[in-house]
Amino acid sequence: MFNNKRSKAMLPGFRLTMGYTLLYLSLIVLIPLAALFLKAATMDWNDFYDTITSRRVQAAYRLTFGASLIAALINTVFGALVAWSIVRYRFAGRQLLDAIIDLPFAMPTAVSGIALMAIYGPTGLIGKHLVPYGIKTAISPLGIVIALTFIGLPFLVRTLQPALEELDGEAEQAAASLGASRWQTFWRIMVPSLLPSLLTGFTLAFARALGEYGSVIFVAGNIPMKTEIASLLIISKLDDSDVPGAAAIAVVMLSATFLILLAVQGIHWWSQRMTGRA
Amino acid sequence: MSARKIHAGNNDPFWVRIIVITISVTFVALMLVLPLGVIFWEAFRKGGAAYLKAFQDRNAMRAITMTCLAAGIAVPLNLVFGITASWAIAKFNFRGKGLLIALIDLPFAISPVISGLIYILVFGMQGWLGKWLEGHGIQIIFAVPGIVLATTFVTFPFVARELIPLMQEQGSEEEWAAISLGANGWQTFWRVTLPNIKWGVLYGVLLCNARAMGEFGAVSVVSSNIRGGTNTLPLHIDALYNDYNSVAAFAMASILALLGVVTLVGKNLLERKIEQESINSLESRTTKVSQ
Repeated sequence: MFNNKRSKAMLPGFRLTMGYTLLYLSLIVLIPLAALFLKAATMDWNDFYDTITSRRVQAAYRLTFGASLIAALINTVFGALVAWSIVRYRFAGRQLLDAIIDLPFAMPTAVSGIALMAIYGPTGLIGKHLVPYGIKTAISPLGIVIALTFIGLPFLVRTLQPALEELDGEAEQAAASLGASRWQTFWRIMVPSLLPSLLTGFTLAFARALGEYGSVIFVAGNIPMKTEIASLLIISKLDDSDVPGAAAIAVVMLSATFLILLAVQGIHWWSQRMTGRA
Repeated sequence: MSARKIHAGNNDPFWVRIIVITISVTFVALMLVLPLGVIFWEAFRKGGAAYLKAFQDRNAMRAITMTCLAAGIAVPLNLVFGITASWAIAKFNFRGKGLLIALIDLPFAISPVISGLIYILVFGMQGWLGKWLEGHGIQIIFAVPGIVLATTFVTFPFVARELIPLMQEQGSEEEWAAISLGANGWQTFWRVTLPNIKWGVLYGVLLCNARAMGEFGAVSVVSSNIRGGTNTLPLHIDALYNDYNSVAAFAMASILALLGVVTLVGKNLLERKIEQESINSLESRTTKVSQ
C-alpha cells in the first residue's frame, strides 16, 4: 500500500503535515505578529518617534535594560558557581539542587511575584529586617533586579552544565602536569573554553528579563519614571486606549530581543569556528 | 551538606569546594527554595480552615474552571501541531528547514505582554477584524476566546521543540520498514512512530500544561479583569493580592506552586526515562549492526 507512487524515496504525509504546520504557524504566530509591525508602520514617523523617546518611556527602557543587565550579571557569577558545584562536586543534596534549578520555569510568574514580595517586601521575611538600614528590597529597582535574577538563573546553569561536563579535566591535568598553577589553568584553560556558554547563558537570561512581566510587577511598585518597566508601560498605554503607542513600545522591545537572540546565534557560530580550528 | 562525600576524582582544594558549594546552596536556597516555601507558609498562616475557605468561593471556582478550560484547549492544539510539525521536519528534507524551526521557536522570544498585544491588534476594537467582529456580535478580546488564543500562543513551541530533535535522532528506518511491510501512513504513525516518541510527547505536554495554567502577562492583556468573568487562576491571584486578601491569594498560589513541583518531579523522571530509551535504542542498533 504505497501512498506515494511518484516519489518513492519519501515517507507518506509530507503535504498534510507540512500544510498543517504552515497553516497553524501562520494563524497563531505569524499573522498576529505581522499585525504588530504593520500597526507600528502605519503610525506617523514623528508620532512613533515621540512615543518611543518620551521621558517616561525612556526611563522605562533604561530601567528595564539596566535591571536586566545587572540580573544577568549576578546570574553569570552565581549560575557559574552552581553549575560548577553540580557538575564537579559530589555532595548530599546535589541531585535535589540540580532538580530545583528549573523551578522558575515551572512556577507561574504571578506566583513567583507574590512569593518574592512576601520575602523581600517591606513586611516580608527578609525585607523587614533591612528596612531599618534604609535598604528597600522591594518597591525599588533592587526589587526588580531580585525578580529578574530569580527568573534568569536556570538559563545560566542549564547552558553551562553541558559545557562543564564536556571539560573532562584532561586539559586541566595536562596543564597542571606541564607546571601551570591552578590559577593559570583556570584563566587559560577553563575560562576560554567556557566563554561561549557563559555568553550564551548570559544573553538568554538577559533577553528573558527584558520581556518579563508577571514576577516583576508585584515587587516593582510601578512608580512612573522610577520603577516602571517597559512591559508595564505597554499595558498602561493599552489602558489609556493608546493602541498605537503600545505597539510602538512593543516594536522597540521586540527588535531589541531579536537582535540579542541573533547575537546568541553569532556566539554559537563563533564558538563552533573556534573549536573547529583548535 | 556533608563535605565528606565529595567526589574523590576532583582535585580542587577542600576549602575551595566548601566555599563554592556553600555559596551555591545558599544562593539557590535564598532565591528558589525560600520563595517556594513561603507560598505554603503564607497560605496556611491563619490555619487550615482559612485556607480551605479560600476555595469555597464562586470566583475561585470559576477561575480554576477557566484555567482548566484554557489549558484544556491550548495543550491539545499544540500537541497536534507539535506532532505534525515534527513529522514534517524530521522525516523529510526541504529547503528552509532551519528557518521553519526558528519560526516555531519564536513565541518563546516574545514577551508575554506583547503576546497578548498582538491579538488585540488583530481582534480588538482598533484592530484588523474588530469592526467586523463587532458587527457580527462576536467577542474575542476581553472574553474566553482571547484567553485561549493568548495561552495557545505562549505555549506554542513546547511540544514541537521537544519532539523535533527526538524524532530527528531516531531517524526513519523503522518507519521505512513498516511501509515496506505494507503499512500505510497512519498505521506507521500509530504503531511505530508514536510508541517511540511517547515519553517525549508526555514531556512536552507536561511543560506545555504548566505554562498554560500559569500564564499571567499575555492573559492579563486580553482579559477584562472582571472578577468571575474571564479570570484565570493567576489573574484571580493578582486580584486577591491587590485586595489585600493575602491568605486567599496564597491559597490559590499554592495550587499552582504544587502544579509546578509536580511538573518538576515529572520532568526529572521523564528525562531519565528518555535518556534510558535512547541508550537502549542505540544499543539495539549497534547490536543489529554487529550481527
